[in-house]
This record gives sequence, structure tokens and C-alpha cells, in this order.
Amino acid sequence: MADVVFQERRVAHRPSVGKRSSLHYALKRKSTVAFLMALPLILLVALLVVYPALYSLHLATLNKSMTKFIGLGNFEFLFKRDTFWLVVKQSCIFAISAVIFKALIGFIVAHFVHNVPANKQRRWRGMLLVPWVIPPAMSTLAWLWLFDPSYSAFNYTLSFFGIGPIPWTGDAMWARFSVILVNVWYGAPFFMIMYLAALKSVPDQLYEAAAIDGANWWQRIWYVTLPMMRNIIAITTLFSLIVTFANFDIVRILTAGGPLDHTHIFATWAFRVGIEGSDIPLGASVSLFMVPILAVAAIFILRDISKRGNEA
Amino acid sequence: MAEVSLRKVVKRYDEVEAVRGIDLDIADHEFVVLVGPSGCGKSTTLRMIAGLEDISDGDITIGGDIVNDVPPKDRDIAMVFQNYALYPHMTVAENMSFGLRLKHYPKAEIKSRVAEAARMLDITDLIDRKPKQLSGGQRQRVAMGRAIVRNPKVFLFDEPLSNLDAKLRVQMRIEIKKVHQKVRTTTVYVTHDQVEAMTLADRVVVMNHGRIEQIGTPNELYHKPATRFVASFIGSPAMNFVPCRLEDVGGRLHLRLTDRLAFPMPPVRAARYQAVPRTDKLLLGIRPEHIIEARQHLAPGVEPFDTVLDVTEPMGMETLVYFTLEGSQVCGRVNPNAGAQDGAPLRLAVDLNNMHLLNEVTGVVL
Repeated sequence: MADVVFQERRVAHRPSVGKRSSLHYALKRKSTVAFLMALPLILLVALLVVYPALYSLHLATLNKSMTKFIGLGNFEFLFKRDTFWLVVKQSCIFAISAVIFKALIGFIVAHFVHNVPANKQRRWRGMLLVPWVIPPAMSTLAWLWLFDPSYSAFNYTLSFFGIGPIPWTGDAMWARFSVILVNVWYGAPFFMIMYLAALKSVPDQLYEAAAIDGANWWQRIWYVTLPMMRNIIAITTLFSLIVTFANFDIVRILTAGGPLDHTHIFATWAFRVGIEGSDIPLGASVSLFMVPILAVAAIFILRDISKRGNEA
Repeated sequence: MAEVSLRKVVKRYDEVEAVRGIDLDIADHEFVVLVGPSGCGKSTTLRMIAGLEDISDGDITIGGDIVNDVPPKDRDIAMVFQNYALYPHMTVAENMSFGLRLKHYPKAEIKSRVAEAARMLDITDLIDRKPKQLSGGQRQRVAMGRAIVRNPKVFLFDEPLSNLDAKLRVQMRIEIKKVHQKVRTTTVYVTHDQVEAMTLADRVVVMNHGRIEQIGTPNELYHKPATRFVASFIGSPAMNFVPCRLEDVGGRLHLRLTDRLAFPMPPVRAARYQAVPRTDKLLLGIRPEHIIEARQHLAPGVEPFDTVLDVTEPMGMETLVYFTLEGSQVCGRVNPNAGAQDGAPLRLAVDLNNMHLLNEVTGVVL
């Protein structure tokens, strides 16, 4: 938005008329006025986003006691540590698999709710949104009890089938599975509600046309529903990817990064080294690593959306 | 190509009967238009033929096969929707070829069929565009192209022109007629616009309250309507209805409109209405073009009368005049040079050779 305004202003200057008239011209432009009106908010956002971002960049260049500038020393240190690479790998596995399952489950459940008769739909929508509206710190506590190895509901139930006891949070693989499961449980309703809105915006006549054209159920989803929902899917996925990547509370409460750092992701590990390990510059460096990874994902997804923005 | 038959077809939504047992036979190559006011069941009927709605009772056959439980994709039909229903993410060519691609036609054949349909509809230049880049008329052509490339047994049109402006509508109407002359596919067309129905159809089916009021060629419906509904629905401005009764004056049948106004029945009509009880409450049905300015020499059966005009509407080639007769507003069409003026008296003539007589209670044309 700001870019556009500045560019337009530059264009406005080009005919090199008198200084006053060009200012007058610039003020008459709707976009300039809009920019000026939005300026207080832009400044506020800048203050709340840009300042901490720059400050963390500054922090990342200091030594542990925050007394000396050491340049990229913290990053060099991180690159040499196996735990860091373990965290990178785990963050990617955690975010990507959780988002895939949230999207899949959200899509399926949205279809289910979409096909429920209108008078019962509100009830289902409300019930299915519950996981998302409970503060995750609280619901994760409930999950923690469900996962308890010795006397939890899960292991108790499984014991009837001769299975277990399963070390839900004690074994590396099971612990990863558990944090992903809780994250999917918490995040899928968001996908469901977004996809449901997208589904409702697809005109019925398109499905009827497709039915007459000879499309079966699967082809209707593939050729009509999915293309019509592409932008929503892309935006929801991007948003969820960012939020999931930066997740802290679920992992912190459920496993606290254990066993042996095998469920740490960027945010929890940054907390561990920065706050608990009293090395704030190193913690800042860890959390900064999320930026390039998410930026690449954002650029790809948003570029695809703007390319197709004019179709629908 | 195929004939389509409906036998006692009923559609119920919970307690409401949208279609109440209709029978209809559509011949091969025929262009049939279902017309009626909104809520008359015409679109529901079309959607039942398409298979988009289940039928509650009765049978529908296409090409001799009962298709009651056959899904739309297996009925070999093509439908053009009111909102075009083009896939927004596909180009014109992809939209048109979608059905063929699903059926795994060879690529070369798909290409030639699309090209031929595009040529027929004059949209060859638009073939790589997306629907959003097209105007309403162009989208309508693409929707028709999508139907044509499939080469189906039956075309179904669901109010295809209602989203276009008046000028385009006339243009596309001609276009649809031309296409039908070329491809000769059996066509069922739904509209609420009686002009569209009259201009396009081989036969028109007038529907009202879920029933068929009358089936006939456009001329039959216009000149020999069966009911008051058909008489008033077909034709613009609509047919006039004036309360009247029959009486015998000097051994000759007369049509009495008011205490002071009665006309002798022309011989052709007198024979037909002789048996009507004189006490029955009747309506005179007369089209505006049969109320004209009185001339020096009037043909037999054309009777003059004096009236005072309420309103005149000069249309250029003719002037519509409105006056009141027995509490009913009546419209006539006079020559623009007849001197018709708002509030002024004028001598008019009514052509009783073209009159209709209706039973006021049952609405049936006698």
C-alpha cells in the first residue's frame, strides 16, 4: 500500500510544475489522502512490529552478557550445534505435517457440515469450533492428562484391547505424534470454518453444470470445488503455517521440548536457551531463523494468489 | 436426437405441490418453450427433465427410455443456465470442452468440435479468455457452445436471456433460433417472457400453478386461447376483458356490454355462441389491435361506438388509447393520425369477428 502511494507521488512530480501545484495535485489524489488518514495506524503498527524486530536483530549480534558486539557470532555458534539442526528439522516436520492434517480434516469436516440441513448446521458449526475457542494452554493441560503414561484415559482404554501402555510423551516418536495431534485438534476447526465459508460461496449452478457435463463426485471436487477454493486454501494454509511454525504453548505444556529436546521447535527452544538458559542474544538468534523460512513460503503462496486474483 | 415425454409428472416439496401431474410429448427436433409466471413450475419441470430434481410421481422418457432414476450425466442432455454457470477458472475453450474431456474423447476431435461450435457462435477470438473477461452476451454464447459441442440428445435452456439487457436479448434470441435451425436438436426452453416464447417456439406450453394451461403453436395460443389465463398471458398489451351478457333482440343474438351499449353478433360468431345460456355471467375478450378508430366504411362485424379517452400513449407507428368500459380499463390501438388525445372523446370501432367470449366464473374460453 505504502509503496504504491510513494510511486504515484513520484509520477505526480514528474511534470515538474511548480512546487506548490504539485503538492496540491498530490493532496487531491485519493490514494494520498487515504495514506495520510491511515498514517497513525501505520505508525502504530511500525512501532509494535518494526521496533521489536529491529531490536531482536540488534540483540542477536551481542554476546551472552549483552555487553559486546560479536556480529554473526551467535549464528556461527548455532550452526555448529546438532540441537539447532534437530530443532530446524522438528519445526519443519511439526508445522508441515500439522498443517497438512489440519487442512485435510478441515476440508472433510467442512463438506460434512455443508451437507447438513441448514437448520441443524449452526449447532454443528458451534460444536466443532469448540477446540479452537478454548485457550490452548487449558486444553493442552487436558490433553496432558489424557496422555499420562500410567493412569490416563487413552492408555486405560487401549489396555482393553491388549495395547500399550504407550509412552505418549516419553518416547521421541510418540511425543512428536502427540504434539502434532494436539495441534491438529486445536487448529482444524479454523480450517473447517474457512473452508465452509468458501464452500458456501461456490454457486450451486456450477455443480449442476458439472453434473450435466458428466462429472462424478470426485471430479466435481477436483474440477469445481478445489479451483474455486484455491485462494482461500492458499491464504488459510499460509496463515496456519505461520502460526503453527511459531507455536509455543502446546509444545511447552505437553512435552516442554522433551524427551531430550526431541520435540523442541523454534519458539520453545528459543525460550529454553534465551530465558531459561539466560542467553537472550542466542534465543533472539534462534527465533530470527523463523523469518527467512516463513518469508519464502509467504512469497510463493502470495505470488500465486495475486496471479489468479482476477479470475474469480 | 430424441423425443421427450412426460407422463403424469408430479413434484412435491414437503406439502407444496410445485408440479401437479403434467403430460407433455416433445417430438424429435422440436423447439418447445415452457412459459408462465414465476412459481408456475416451469423451471422445476425443466430441472426434472435434466435430472437435477427427483420426480415425486410419474415418468419421464428421453428417446423412449424411462430416465426417472438416471443421473444427469447419463441422460445425454446439455443445459444452459440463467447465470451461464461457466467455470471461472477455465478458459472459454476449456469450459466448452469440459464434458468431452471427462468422457475421454480424443484430443483432435475435442479441438475440432470446439472450433466448429466457436465458429458457429462467432466466439473464435475469445477462445483463450477467461469468463471474467467476457461480456454477458459473450458468456451466453460460451454457455451455448458448451452445450453444442456435446452434441446431446436434448438441449435444455433455463431462462438463458433474463440476465441480458433488452437489446442483447433480441439479438441472442435470433442467435438461438439460428443455432437450432443448424443443429436441429430437440430443445426445451423455459422463460417467463411471452415474447421470447412466441418468437422461438415450434410449440408453446403455457403453465400456471403447476399445471399446463394450454399447448399449441404460437399462433394457436394467440388466436385461440383456451382459458382466460392464456388469453391474458400471451400478447402485449394484454387482451381486454369486459363483463358482458348475451341477449336476443329481434331474433338476432346481441352482445350487451352496458345498458346503453350493445352490439349485434356477427354471423360467424352467433352460430358458435347460440347455445350459451343468456343468464350466464360472461366476459368479452378482445385484443387491443381489434379496437381501432372508426372509419367511413366499416367491414361487416366491426361495430362503432363513442367513448372518452382516459390516457393515450403515442408509440410512433400507432397510438395506444385507454378508456373505461363498465369499470374495466380497455386498451385500443389506433392510427397516430386518428386525433386521439388525453381526456378527449373519440369514435372507435370494435372488430367482433376476432372477439372471444369467456365464462367469468370458470375462465374457460367458449
